Amino acid sequence: MTMASPLLQVRNLVVEFPTRRGSLTAVDDVSFDIAEGEVLGVVGESGAGKSLTGAAIIGLLEPPGRVASGEIILEGRRIDTLSYDQMRRIRGKQIGAIFQDPLTSLNPLYSVGRQLTETILTHTDMTPTKARARAIELLTEVGIPAPERRVDQYPHQFSGGMRQRVVIALALCVNPRLVVADEPTTALDVSIQAQIIALLKKLCREHGTAIMLVTHDMGVIAETADRVAVMYAGRIAEIGPVREVIKNAKHPYTHGLMGSIPAMGHDAERLEQIPGSMPRLTDIPVGCAFNRRCLHVHDRCFRERPDALPVEDSRVACWLYDSANAMTLDEAKRAVASKDAGAVEQANV
Amino acid sequence: MSDAAVTKSPSTEGRFGHAMLKVDGLRRYFDVSAPWLNRVIARQPRQILKAVDGIDFEIARGETFGLVGESGCGKSTVARLIVGLHGPTDGSITLEGRNIAGLTRRQMAPMRRRLQMIFQDPYASLNPRWRVRDIIAEPIRAFELVSGDQAIATRVGELLTFVGLNPLDGEKFPHEFSGGQRQRISIARALASEPEFLVCDEPTSALDVSVQAQILNLMKDLQRELGLTYLFISHNLAVVYHISDRVGVMYLGKLVEVAPSKTLFTTPRHPYTRMLLDTIPDLDMTGRERMPVAGEVPNPITPPPGCSFHPRCPFANDRCRVEVPKALPVAGGATVACHGVEEGRVPSGPILAPPPKPDGVASVHG
Repeated sequence: MTMASPLLQVRNLVVEFPTRRGSLTAVDDVSFDIAEGEVLGVVGESGAGKSLTGAAIIGLLEPPGRVASGEIILEGRRIDTLSYDQMRRIRGKQIGAIFQDPLTSLNPLYSVGRQLTETILTHTDMTPTKARARAIELLTEVGIPAPERRVDQYPHQFSGGMRQRVVIALALCVNPRLVVADEPTTALDVSIQAQIIALLKKLCREHGTAIMLVTHDMGVIAETADRVAVMYAGRIAEIGPVREVIKNAKHPYTHGLMGSIPAMGHDAERLEQIPGSMPRLTDIPVGCAFNRRCLHVHDRCFRERPDALPVEDSRVACWLYDSANAMTLDEAKRAVASKDAGAVEQANV
Repeated sequence: MSDAAVTKSPSTEGRFGHAMLKVDGLRRYFDVSAPWLNRVIARQPRQILKAVDGIDFEIARGETFGLVGESGCGKSTVARLIVGLHGPTDGSITLEGRNIAGLTRRQMAPMRRRLQMIFQDPYASLNPRWRVRDIIAEPIRAFELVSGDQAIATRVGELLTFVGLNPLDGEKFPHEFSGGQRQRISIARALASEPEFLVCDEPTSALDVSVQAQILNLMKDLQRELGLTYLFISHNLAVVYHISDRVGVMYLGKLVEVAPSKTLFTTPRHPYTRMLLDTIPDLDMTGRERMPVAGEVPNPITPPPGCSFHPRCPFANDRCRVEVPKALPVAGGATVACHGVEEGRVPSGPILAPPPKPDGVASVHG
């Protein structure tokens, strides 16, 4: 992504939760960019810090969580230091948000049309009549049948998939430059999921909106994203073009994660499994956070935290890829993949 | 991968013996009417939700039968009917030749030992105030399988080791464990009564993928070692494909297709099955554009007449709109309930074509 100036820059973001027994670092030194119109997928297992990264960007971290250090820069302007009121004006206008549960992100007491027009009126100088017309237009755009009638209905009168369409309309109603979508399809049935993903992709392409798509579902990422960041224990393990990360994972964690997803037509008797589980925030090891579960650990992984090293088009936080290593890039890649080959052979016996 | 695909269990049907569990014309209706007075005032009729509406299947000993479908299709109700948490409205459930549908509590008690269930939410299905050793020991005590505290403690330790936990973990409370570990505890509890048949209702849906892999591997290992039979319910087709020998697809309380898992995923016959398969995100990144299928599952209280899938089906004709299709056997050991398949109007081929051009299907994959 060699864009002149990225739409969103996140630099060394740290999100902390102060507790009585010291503060917990839930997002630890995370940096990435999102270009104009780009879809960046952020994946990870629960507790990896992916949703908190999204929440920090839209300025909706739940207290006592706070941005402890780092910078978030949207279109050249630093937004992590803004006051609540200033941030409120950016949210909706420049950054839209879509959350997992469409029922909790809509107000049950207001009609869908009122919620849409309210947002439009807050951020633009349209007249109420025009705003209502725009609301109907938006509902049409997100594929809601009979929008003239539906606009006056309440959220409970919509099905789950339809509600999520309304939420998308709400997020896109004043043409934001960036949409942060946190697990937008997780609460939906598979057949509806596909519809929503297709819709989100189409609308953002048409409007030139960039998306930060936070999800635990690799399949959704594979379908939608241009680039992917894989998070583990509050850090980015690997970030790169979607095809590279999925087909040619370089970090041992990403590699294990991909192998543990059951896939159609792949007939391994056993799935590849990563031993152990993600460390709790109180118990993140020194050095590489993945060191206890990694099959390729060496001394350095227990001492030094790996930098995000450039590997081909990706950045990978793993010492295997350090240029100071005796290992060449190909050897390192083979080492990570070799475990897989062994496991597949074993599984097929 | 296609080579490996061919070698997997070439004789799924032949590998298993007689049916262990047989479900015949099983129905469960729920009365969801408003209270009587409201109904009279509003002049509304009674409303009946047909959660399970006449399904038949068999599960052989040692087999894993998967049940897939979207939310509200009745798959969890089937699970609850089989373990006896609901009584059926009609139909029979035969376990090794004995009808267990509609048995009284007392009559059901000895059957319960042989049938156990693993639930979706490992946070809600373990009593937070009990220590893990007591949770696992409860079925042992209830069925009087082992007597004496020392012997029970040994058995609990064995079970914990069996599911990959430490015997010392028995002293802890459920909140001290992660989701995956809790699901291991649920499995240990289910195994405590030495069951032959496990009903698993979305056992990995609340877990992260890497933990899901651990649990699925564990379930496969246990099946091999203990000769267990599973009814595995999930909305995740890839998971069901991975673990099942045969799969049934449910839609609005009915089984629309039952087939060996390989057959179901390579040559799905029912249009709904094909639609479901097409909604699976493509991890192989072949660049295939998915065909999002229009429409949603209709309200199960007022299902469409005829074939309940007809409003969303690109192949529906007048017969589909009036006549309910019967489950008929087709080639490859599958049964399909579809007029179109029966009449041969639904072209075979793995990918469902867009509704306007149904004749384009055959050319997509040959």
